[in-house]
Amino acid sequence: MSARRLAVEARVNGDPVEFLCDPEQTLLEALRDELGLTGTKEGCGTGDCGACSVLLDGALVCSCLVLAAEAEGREVRTVEGLAPRENGGDRSLGVLQRKFLEHAALQCGICTPGFLVAADALLARNADPSESEVRYGISGNLCRCTGYDKIVRAVLDAAVELRRAKAGGGA
Amino acid sequence: MASVVIPRALRGRAGGAERLDVDARDVRALLAELERRFPGLGEALARDTAVAIDGEIHPDPLLEPLEPESEVHFLPRVAGGR
Amino acid sequence: MSEPSEPRAFKWVGQRIVRPDGADKVTGRAAFGADRRLPGMLHGRVLRSPHAHARILRIDASAARALPGVKAVVVGADLPLPRRESGGGGESPVDYRDLAENVLARDKVLYVGHAVAAVAATSARTAEQALRRIAVAYEPLPPVLDLERGLDPDAPVLHDHLFTHGVEPRPTRPSNVAKRTLLERGDVEAGFAAADAVVEGEFRTETVHQGYIEPHAAVAEPAQDGHLTVWCCTQGPFMVRAHVAKLLGLPIGHVKVIPSEIGGGFGGKTTVYVEPIAAALAQRAGRPVRLVMSREDVFRASGPAPASRIRLRVGARRDGRIVAVDASLAYEAGAFPGSPVEAGAMCLLAPYDVEAFRIEALDVCVNKAKTTAYRAPGAPMAAFAAESLLDELAAKLGLDPLELRLRNAAKKDTRAAYGPRYREIGFLETLEAARAHPHWSAPLGANEGRGVACGFWFNGGQSSSASVALNEDGTLSLVAGTPDIGGSRASLALMCAEELDVDPARIRPVIADTETAGYSDMTGGSRVTFATGMAVIEATRALVRQLRERAAKLLDVPVDEVVWKEGAAQPAGGTGRILALEELARDALRTGGPLVGQASLTARGVGPAFATHLVDVSVDPDTGKVDVVRYTAIQDAGKAIHPSYVEGQMQGGVVQGIGWALNEEYVFDAKGQLANPGFLDYRMPVALDVPMIDTVIVEVPNPRHPHGVRGVGEVPIVPPIAAIANAIHAATGLRLRHAPFSPPRVLEALLTRTSGLARAAR
Repeated sequence: MSARRLAVEARVNGDPVEFLCDPEQTLLEALRDELGLTGTKEGCGTGDCGACSVLLDGALVCSCLVLAAEAEGREVRTVEGLAPRENGGDRSLGVLQRKFLEHAALQCGICTPGFLVAADALLARNADPSESEVRYGISGNLCRCTGYDKIVRAVLDAAVELRRAKAGGGA
Repeated sequence: MASVVIPRALRGRAGGAERLDVDARDVRALLAELERRFPGLGEALARDTAVAIDGEIHPDPLLEPLEPESEVHFLPRVAGGR
Repeated sequence: MSEPSEPRAFKWVGQRIVRPDGADKVTGRAAFGADRRLPGMLHGRVLRSPHAHARILRIDASAARALPGVKAVVVGADLPLPRRESGGGGESPVDYRDLAENVLARDKVLYVGHAVAAVAATSARTAEQALRRIAVAYEPLPPVLDLERGLDPDAPVLHDHLFTHGVEPRPTRPSNVAKRTLLERGDVEAGFAAADAVVEGEFRTETVHQGYIEPHAAVAEPAQDGHLTVWCCTQGPFMVRAHVAKLLGLPIGHVKVIPSEIGGGFGGKTTVYVEPIAAALAQRAGRPVRLVMSREDVFRASGPAPASRIRLRVGARRDGRIVAVDASLAYEAGAFPGSPVEAGAMCLLAPYDVEAFRIEALDVCVNKAKTTAYRAPGAPMAAFAAESLLDELAAKLGLDPLELRLRNAAKKDTRAAYGPRYREIGFLETLEAARAHPHWSAPLGANEGRGVACGFWFNGGQSSSASVALNEDGTLSLVAGTPDIGGSRASLALMCAEELDVDPARIRPVIADTETAGYSDMTGGSRVTFATGMAVIEATRALVRQLRERAAKLLDVPVDEVVWKEGAAQPAGGTGRILALEELARDALRTGGPLVGQASLTARGVGPAFATHLVDVSVDPDTGKVDVVRYTAIQDAGKAIHPSYVEGQMQGGVVQGIGWALNEEYVFDAKGQLANPGFLDYRMPVALDVPMIDTVIVEVPNPRHPHGVRGVGEVPIVPPIAAIANAIHAATGLRLRHAPFSPPRVLEALLTRTSGLARAAR
């Protein structure tokens, strides 16, 4: 006989959400299966590939290593919530996302959500990273297609643009 | 006359020949002619090989045309990854 | 038949446009194999063998079937047993009996992880409980776990029906050696006798995995009329269709395959694992079934690349000309025959003009997962051996390693080792570019060494279809059937735009399913930009012809008086009315009907790919750790349709090669269990492990493709292992012949040498 499902209340990408989960379900499963947010991917289920990276109260985590129940009362940000909201409606593409596209920093795209979240976390704590610091900041994410070169360039370029925007006081 | 190179493993079936001259307008006709001259050879070649005609590899070459001076090699089939 | 273009300045081809599917990929909207949800969908799970080699005596699934929530159970015996025959889907013939037995075991299990049964249930937990209730009685058999054992005539035999092919007279005893192939030219003994320098060695590589981040996933959905839809991540939707139909005993037209976005493949998704099982479960349950492989199962039970042993001897004259080569390649095929050892044999010296050679290739079955294609299958191991020995030869003859290669380089009309003469190729150009590159002469630091190695890949052609439809508003829908695994939508849009002379932003490329796309062979073999590109160009040219005819009718002039220029029908003479694309589109239905160009073709004129790579490594003398300090990859792309994605293929292939060279290997225990079925211990490169990968794209256009394209995707993985081995030698004097050159191996080699020197000194 299976255990009773748990009711969890949290904020995901700025929205209040409520979902049911099994005690052993991971946050990754809850996001994908209960909330329909399939942008976060499962590559391994054991916290080794970073494809499931999300921000939990601003901290970068592998959502496959977080129990869904642990999200109670907390703030989760996924790739779906990375772009800035405009006019309270649809999201356009943020700087990081645009730079990934300009630099062709993705080929198959499966690791891209995880890298965007990791890069977002990196730039939030270090607005002027060196190449080495960028590489360190994304070493929890595996990419098999690109060899990382264009990803690193995209993140460095995004950092430049974000610094410029901040210095210029915004648009 | 197309010049046909026989793979080593099948030379025994071709009377020891390394190279044969065959008058054929396409690969199908070539195989039929080889089968006619050496029963079993044409079938063996048709089964597991790709064909290179004048340097270009064709995995499924049945009706590929042959020029009067074409050179034909039979090769193992090769898979591709990426 | 495609007409080559005159060399010309391209307007759209060569532009670094943002890929049309980009926004979906950076927002999480793009749907991959495991992202599909259907009402009533069941959860599938697979029961796998714990033994590397065993007879299946009995499977009792009654307790599983009785569990509430279980809607279907399937075992091998429930499916039709195909005859032993070839067919279905492309470059190498598939033995359907072997395929069926690999998908679900019948009488024997042949590797740890071999699928034995599967269930579909209303929850994942119920499915897992059901698996535990399936009772399988095995009779374990002694396993064959490496090449030496596989080659041993006294070892247990995996397949009683397998007699070594290619041996005359036909053997009377079954063997684990599935096939022996011999490539020969000239008199090898005379060649060695005349050589001024001879080098030889035995090289080994281990089993490696393609390492795609997305596990295999499928959702199969039955329809009322016996039809079946399969959503899956695959490199070949038409291949999946053929294989599922065959394995389930259905007519091909009853199966529809929808390719999802695919999270990497590199050859590993050119066959089926979960798709037929999901389909069989869905048929029985009457409901959709989702089946996703765990990462552990991907490592244990999908299709890795083979371990290899290559014995090689090379002789050359004083001036560096290679005069004789004697080689024996043995590759582990895994549980069923079909390693790429023959391709390895053909590639071994393909970049060079060699007078005499004898190359033996052995395909050896062992109790491990059946190997599958991995980016230039068979070639990286062969290049490791060949390019290492060329380095040794250069040292022995006192020649610069690039110079040695230049003196032997294949050119147009050189006879390739596998027989035919090359047509226009760009190998020399890559060598010359390497020699002229600043990397070649840059200074090195302490403990650093530089290596060079070259590579070759055949590239593929095969069949592709495309259609280009003009929509009423003047935009275009471009439909193709080869999944976009690396950004090919952008290249297809560029080629179409070039022919129509309109902004590629007006073209929407779509990868359609097997009912709406024309037949296309797989994405793989470095063939999409070449062959699907050719179909796109032909389809667009057909559309342009229709547009000219339509304009001619409207203008009431003969069609030869209308040219297509700058996205409009223009009078050939220069004066007169211009009909823009939008106008023709808007009026199409009133002026004769829809305007659609279509092409289905077998692409001819494939041009092989050549590469020259330079790498600097530093070797830590205390730990044996090898770091890649600088890497330059030079390759002939014919014509880079979208340079960013060509660079991306080069960089990605290089880093896979670096992983293969420095750390990746399957570690098995004595019972054939894989000790490292996860990303933690199957150690692929992360961003900190590699530097920027510099790329140089050389363009020697392929005259037989309308835009000059040569496939680019595979050759980048061919040189790195050898280049790194050569660089380690330059840094340390150590000649390493067993990849990966992981710290324990390098350290042991360093210490052995030190202790050897110390002993000698005493």
